[in-house]
Amino acid sequence: MISVSGLVKRFGRLEILRGIDLEVRPGRITAIVGPNGAGKTTLIKALLGLVRPDGGRILFGGERVGDDPGYRARIGYMPQIARFPENLTGAELLALLRDLRGGAARVDGELIARFGLAPQLDKPLRTLSGGTRQKVNAVMALLFDPELLVLDEPTAGLDPVSSGALKDRLLRERREGTTLILTSHIMSELEELADDVVFLLDGRVGYAGAVHELKVQTRQLNLERAIAQIMLRVEAA
Amino acid sequence: MSGAKGVVLRIVQYGLSDVLRSRWLAAYALFFLVATEALLRFGGAGPRSLLALMNVILLVIPLVTVVFGTMYLYHAREFIELLLAQPVSRRQLFAGLYLGITIALAVGFVVGAGTPLAARMFGSAAFRTTAASLLGAGLALTAVFSAVALYLTVHIQDRVRGLGAAIGVWLGTAVLYDGLVLLLATMLADYPLERPLLGLMLANPVDLARVALLLQFDVSALMGYTGAVFESFFGTAGGLAVAALALAAWVAVPLWLGLRGFQRKDF
Repeated sequence: MISVSGLVKRFGRLEILRGIDLEVRPGRITAIVGPNGAGKTTLIKALLGLVRPDGGRILFGGERVGDDPGYRARIGYMPQIARFPENLTGAELLALLRDLRGGAARVDGELIARFGLAPQLDKPLRTLSGGTRQKVNAVMALLFDPELLVLDEPTAGLDPVSSGALKDRLLRERREGTTLILTSHIMSELEELADDVVFLLDGRVGYAGAVHELKVQTRQLNLERAIAQIMLRVEAA
Repeated sequence: MSGAKGVVLRIVQYGLSDVLRSRWLAAYALFFLVATEALLRFGGAGPRSLLALMNVILLVIPLVTVVFGTMYLYHAREFIELLLAQPVSRRQLFAGLYLGITIALAVGFVVGAGTPLAARMFGSAAFRTTAASLLGAGLALTAVFSAVALYLTVHIQDRVRGLGAAIGVWLGTAVLYDGLVLLLATMLADYPLERPLLGLMLANPVDLARVALLLQFDVSALMGYTGAVFESFFGTAGGLAVAALALAAWVAVPLWLGLRGFQRKDF
């Protein structure tokens, strides 16, 4: 689905990505993990064309990610921070996204119902609480039945019920063949969701592969300890 | 709606419905409504009131446009990011943002200042012409300073520094510039300065708008030093054309530089 090779990104003197090589397999959930500042968000943003790489290339479905924005019609993106125009309502925002995507896509209202979001959609977005905005954010990513879902800390700020509803939905998406990429700091959550894991450290790939293989390789029973092992190993090398 | 134009129109449409509901914009329109009505009511619908209104326009529009524009754009950062994650090109988004801000502020100004002016349009023909050129100059300044705001927010990451630069641009162009030019002219009074001064004047959009208006008021005494030089060099009709062209360049150049930065920027 996605193939990244030799990806380099600098911000001034700081080299955030130092040559990333990566394959994201279709129909699976790939977790990107790593300490703060490892380059997780930068990698995701490069994939979406929000960050312009200094070197290397990204292929999405065989086509090179570049100036043509068309490929983004196939991606649903849930950013880390949800801030919207203050005076628009949630319903207007969803209508804008629908228009920008050509208006053809059928709208998926399931998550709106699961979140109990319908009554909130007619209020100006500035009056909504942080958690409710995060729900709007999640609904927007899932609205257009995308082939690829990119979620940056999706459950941050959600209450346990909503977080559970979102995770159920993500698992259903995978069953239906959608490819998912997500970042999270909550290892138990990744344990529950992820098939593959990409571990980033200082802008390089420390490990990339299936979660169960990682556990076998490091002889650990859970993901958190397995990642910790890898981290120690990379630092020792 | 589909295609590139459709996308730009959609962004403009939603940007407009956001800004037009903002209290700041309502306050801006109300300010011009009250100021214009007060000037016309107490000074009469004559050239003196319009001249006073001109000075209000030349001072307030650049300030509000550049400051509101930068604040709005810094605030919209995450939303811009979200839109760029959609099948929208950077060029389309840039055009949508510029038109959205410019049209919203233009509506605020025209509704505010235009209503009292329109209420008196059955007076003299001279009043109508002058009132129309005042509105036109206000719109031109709105277009210029929202382009400058877009340029600043693209090139300055930090919002405090960006806002500082916006206020600096306003102080420089609307307040300090004419004084500095005059100082320069008196200091170098022994040299033939007409051409360099003319160049300096073309370099300031507020001066350009002022001279374009005063050429019609026919009160060269109030034009300031640069204005007087300008009229003697170009004459009235030629001067207007040159001023309009230079103002257009003041829209085009910041937009072009801003778009170049916007294309390369990381979000």
